Amino acid sequence: MAAQDLSVFVSHRDGGIASMELAVDGIRCAGCMQAIENGLGREPAILGARVNLALKRVSVEWREALLKPEAVVDKLGALGFKAYPFVPERQEEGAASEEKRLLRGLGVAGFASMNIMLLSVSVWSGNSGDLDPTTRDFFHWLSALIALPTAAYAGRPFFESALRALRARAVNMDVPITIGVVLALAMSVAETWNHGHHAYFDGVVMLLFFLLIGRYLDQLMRRRTRDLAGNLAALKAETATRLSADGSWTSVPIAAIRPDDRVIVRPGERVSVDGIVETGRSELDQSLVTGETAPVAVGLGERVHAGTLNLTGALTVRVEAAGQGTLLDEIDRLMSQAVGSRSRYVRLSDRAARLYAPVVHTLSAVTFLGWLLVGGLVWPQALMIAVTVLIITCPCALGLAIPAVQVVAASALFRRRIMLKEGDALERLAEADIAVFDKTGTLTLPEPDILNAEALPTERRAEIGALAAASHHPLAQALSRALGSLPAHADVREERGQGLSVMLEGEELRLGSVAFCGAETDAAPVMAAHSSASFIAYSRGAYRTVLALGQKLRPEARQTIDALRAAGLEIAILSGDRPEAVAPIAAELGIDHVQAGLLPGDKLNLLDGMAAKGRKVLMVGDGLNDAPALAGAHVSVSPVSATHLAQAAADIVFLGEGLKPVADALAIARKARGLMLENLWFAVLYNAVAVPVAMAGLATPLIAAAAMSGSSLVVTLNALRARSGAPEKEARP
Amino acid sequence: MNIIVILFPLALGLGLIGLGAFFWCMRSGQYVDLEGAAWRVLQDDDQA
Repeated sequence: MAAQDLSVFVSHRDGGIASMELAVDGIRCAGCMQAIENGLGREPAILGARVNLALKRVSVEWREALLKPEAVVDKLGALGFKAYPFVPERQEEGAASEEKRLLRGLGVAGFASMNIMLLSVSVWSGNSGDLDPTTRDFFHWLSALIALPTAAYAGRPFFESALRALRARAVNMDVPITIGVVLALAMSVAETWNHGHHAYFDGVVMLLFFLLIGRYLDQLMRRRTRDLAGNLAALKAETATRLSADGSWTSVPIAAIRPDDRVIVRPGERVSVDGIVETGRSELDQSLVTGETAPVAVGLGERVHAGTLNLTGALTVRVEAAGQGTLLDEIDRLMSQAVGSRSRYVRLSDRAARLYAPVVHTLSAVTFLGWLLVGGLVWPQALMIAVTVLIITCPCALGLAIPAVQVVAASALFRRRIMLKEGDALERLAEADIAVFDKTGTLTLPEPDILNAEALPTERRAEIGALAAASHHPLAQALSRALGSLPAHADVREERGQGLSVMLEGEELRLGSVAFCGAETDAAPVMAAHSSASFIAYSRGAYRTVLALGQKLRPEARQTIDALRAAGLEIAILSGDRPEAVAPIAAELGIDHVQAGLLPGDKLNLLDGMAAKGRKVLMVGDGLNDAPALAGAHVSVSPVSATHLAQAAADIVFLGEGLKPVADALAIARKARGLMLENLWFAVLYNAVAVPVAMAGLATPLIAAAAMSGSSLVVTLNALRARSGAPEKEARP
Repeated sequence: MNIIVILFPLALGLGLIGLGAFFWCMRSGQYVDLEGAAWRVLQDDDQA
């Protein structure tokens, strides 16, 4: 094991104090939290360790002179926790400060609405009794004193967003909100100045309070999913072994690798960089990159890609920046092309805003002109009624309707070990009408497994497993994992490219190629039955057997495909692998729409073709070659075993081996979308009742306050129904 | 009615104290990890 170098993850502060953030695998309960904090606390050089249970992270501070960052990871390892350091992304920090700003605004608005309501209730009850006008004015002025600074502080997120939208010549929900708030405040001040009966300070502040709840929920969900996605990336702990000029090597995180570094890739390791082979020759399994399962030979001067698996020989690779003509460059180019098409998607709430704003503003203008010209009121009175219309229709319920459903649905997904990376992914997923799957690693498990279990008698499992565990050959390792990772035999001889042998109780045990074990006759029927598999033979004395190792379908693949079909989705497979390797999988799942041997660009073109025909494509994939398709699809899902780039491009990431989360996510997304629409229709209904009342000039601040809080309560309660759905599994991210 | 001259500042003052307490909670990071705190209370040792 080469020495680790984690210095890129450390941030330095004054006084020689260093700190580092680590994602920790396996924090589940209070016991783990205590074990980590106390365990690290006993180390004198460590100043503090704090676990964040919600995010499964630890932040550690220590005296830089006394301890290396690697020692912190080792300490956590000794405590029984695998920790992965990472650099918090700048995006994350921005989201955290935005969240704090919203929460502060929420606190201020909550305080103000409580106190103003206290005054308002007195005025309302006094208005029907014998309230002294001086007292009423005093109460109104006191309300104004609280409401004006509150609106200026807590309303900023809406004002700023509305300005941004107007500058871009667009209308979002914040434009009518801003107009409503400003006009209502101005009108209430004027009314108070003129010793009027009605002021809407309570309504305005309460509106801001409810809207901020919706905004905060939205932000909370986005940040949480983004943080967990960051953990996932850190848990992959991609490292490379860097060769220094003096011939020594260190294991460093990918983030610290620079172009022109030289990196060693041993057999059985995954290549973690793009580059050119300087020394060595080997065979690579490129299935994660191209979907192709047959190994490819590489040698001096040839290009290797991150994500491929080195099979047979050690390689030294000179790292290339993503330059012209590399696969990564090509995929990058395709991705940027693809992402453009998705950003054109308009969220449900923005679509509602586009309809809502002109309708409400027209109604309010009609009210003003109607009362002025036909109703015979003077302009301040007509304006007052028009502003009441704006306040009554202000999208309080609308602002809560969608974020509340999203938060509830996202946490329901999280409990089923599905993580949402984009806020609007739920809406897009619910619209999908065709599901496109990649084969390798998506429909099938990423690790090969034994396909012909009948050829492996139970009494031989232990001896074969022990033999296989002795080798670094990927096929032997896959076999060893399939047999349950037994302790390796001692004294195993390995003949390169042939197989393994060991003497046991006077008999020779052999594991390796068919020829090495002399098992040609046994191999023929197995090869005929599993044409796309790899074969490994075993012999002991006169006993021979041949095992076919190949890709097995993910658990629940069949049920998932059936469930998606039942939900009305068409199913298709687009694979980069050879047609003869794809056909048996497609046949087993009963999928007719199959295309194989595709390049990354082909997949994207096919998806674009479907989109042009008006289809909404759900893309499920894991390979580097799927990344552009994942970015270009209407909505995309990746398993957690996917390559980094694919996961970054996907909207939704699911944990675990089974494929069922795809069907679960669809069911929850559809339910959530149904509830969002229900909530929007409720808002329409509410306005259909409230607007005529306001236009007739009958609305009072009391009616406005009751309508606003009542409708918010209804949509929030309705949103809670998104919780139930498909059966749950314990979340273990 | 002169009592309101005392009562209103009192009500507002209490509200402001609550708001101040909320800000203090935020500043000291008590909303950063909402799950951990629920478990920490169950820890037996008295180490700070």
